[in-house]
Parts: sequence; C-alpha cells; structure tokens
Amino acid sequence: MIWVAVLGCAAGCYLLKLAGMSVPPRVLERPVVRRTADLIPVALLAALIAVQVFSGTDHHGDPMLTVDARLAGLGAAVVALLLRAPFLVVVFVAAATAALLRLVLPG
Amino acid sequence: MTTEHRQIVRDALAVAVATGAYGISFGAISVTSGLDVWQTCALSLLVFTGASQFALVGVIGAGGAPLLGAASGLLLGFRNTLYGLRLAPLLGWRGVRRAAAAHLVIDESTAMSVTRDSRDTARVGFLSAGIGVFTLWNLATLIGALAGDAIGDPRDYGLDAAVGGAFLALLWPRLDSALHRVVAALAAMVALSLVSFTAAGIPVLAAAVVALGAALVRRDEVPS
Repeated sequence: MIWVAVLGCAAGCYLLKLAGMSVPPRVLERPVVRRTADLIPVALLAALIAVQVFSGTDHHGDPMLTVDARLAGLGAAVVALLLRAPFLVVVFVAAATAALLRLVLPG
Repeated sequence: MTTEHRQIVRDALAVAVATGAYGISFGAISVTSGLDVWQTCALSLLVFTGASQFALVGVIGAGGAPLLGAASGLLLGFRNTLYGLRLAPLLGWRGVRRAAAAHLVIDESTAMSVTRDSRDTARVGFLSAGIGVFTLWNLATLIGALAGDAIGDPRDYGLDAAVGGAFLALLWPRLDSALHRVVAALAAMVALSLVSFTAAGIPVLAAAVVALGAALVRRDEVPS
C-alpha cells in the first residue's frame, strides 16, 4: 500500500509540474485563478505548520492536540526569521531548541 | 560562461547545498515513519518536491492511510503547477526539453530563475539550482535513510521541530500583506480544529478550502 502511495504521488506530482509548464498563459489571467494561486501556498503552509507543531497522539494512539518542545522550536524559528537568518539556520535553530529542551526536561 | 552566469551558478549551488543537507533529515524521518530505504529514495527521485514528500511520510508516520498521505502530497504539489505557469514563458522550452525541465520545477529552481531579466540567465539559474538540488537531495536522502536507524529517535535531535521551522521559513516571505496573514491564521485554525477527530492529512486538505473561499470573497484584491 505504501508503494501505491509513493508511485501515485510521484506520477501526480510530475503531472502537476508538467501541467503548469503546458497551460496557456491566458488561464492565469482569470482573476479568481490568480487569487487562488496566490493564496493556496499560504493556506497550506500555515495549516502544515499548525498540524506539525500541535498534533500528537493520546495513549490509545488516537490523534489529539498537544503542546511540547516543538512549540519552543517554532518560537525560536520566528526569532531567527525576525533576525533575517537564512533558511538552513532557521531549520537548525528550531531543531536545536527542541532538542535542548528535551535534554533539559526529559519526558 | 560570463561572469554573471558564474555568479548565478555559485548562488544556485549554495542553495543546493543548504537544501541538500535538509535531505538527510527527510531520509531519516521517512524510515522512522515506517517507509523502507527503497521507498524513501523513490520519493526523492520521483516525487522530488520536498513539502509533498514530508507531507506523505508525515501522514504515514502519524498512522494515517498511505493514500491520504499521497493526497496531501498532491495538494502541496499544486504550487509547482503555479510555478510552471510563470516559468513556461520565461524559459521558453518545448517538447522533450519542457517535459524534462518540468521534473525540476521546485521552490528553489523557481526562486533562482523568476527574478532574472533575460531568458538566458533564467535558464542558467533554473538548471543550476534544479540539477544541483536534485543531485544533493537524492544523495542526502540515501545517507539519511541508511543512517536513520543508527541515528535513533529523530525527536531527540529535534527533527520533528525542524520540519515546522522549515515550513515557517517557506511561509514567512509570503506574510507580506494583511490578506495573506488573515488567510494563514484562518487556515491554521481550520486545520487545528479538525486534528482531533479526522484522519491525518484531512486537516491540511481542508485548509485549502480557506484559500479558495478567500479568493472568491476578496474580489477587490488581485495580486500582480
């Protein structure tokens, strides 16, 4: 089942890339398409961050919201971005903050 | 090769090294999420778009159905379609070359080419970033996947927080208007409100509806 997902995602992602390279430019001139194109990355990235940082599992293994060291990592990333740090530094700062916090406060 | 071209290649390779290093964490996270080394390498070779790959392994790692992971990956891959719309007239390739170039359409190759003022420099930026990232991303994925088990729990290294940080770094430059900030906040709230009682992957898909809704409601704002 994982292979089906891997290959299906690969085929779909390639076709999405190719579609953009092949679509006549006038489609993009439609205002609703332009606004949606502009807003989709913003909405998806914001949702991914929220889910990535706040989702966990309870003792039954069911999904639930939780606050842990990942939130501190995200806060450190915000500080790094405000200081105009490059991409890799932001990623490293987020990871290091969460790792250090878990080292200091285990469990 | 002109001085300008050399400078573009240098910048693109720096971006490729930075992104490539990040591929190590993808490889490690993927194998600890339950994929094997072959599946992990196939993702980097064939999907080759970081956020989609992370979304897919993230859903599987959280216990979601693999096909839901693939669906989340596809939705995130939609932004490459939008990049392609801008890149096609700029790069001006047709036929087989366009089909081959399409695989290299990612955040980094787009960023390194859309700002150029000539077709020539745009192609240099696109190809050096695209080929550079492809090579290093795949090499790093293999290293991360092989080292994954030896590395142990990726949370000890904060790799789970690294993913949130990376997505935030990608989002940050886009939070440049009130509309974008409102859409980002709404999308995050919609996703979080669904986390507890829907399958992994659904909350992020639902957030895309926020983008469509905002695009339909805010008729006055047309991005340039």
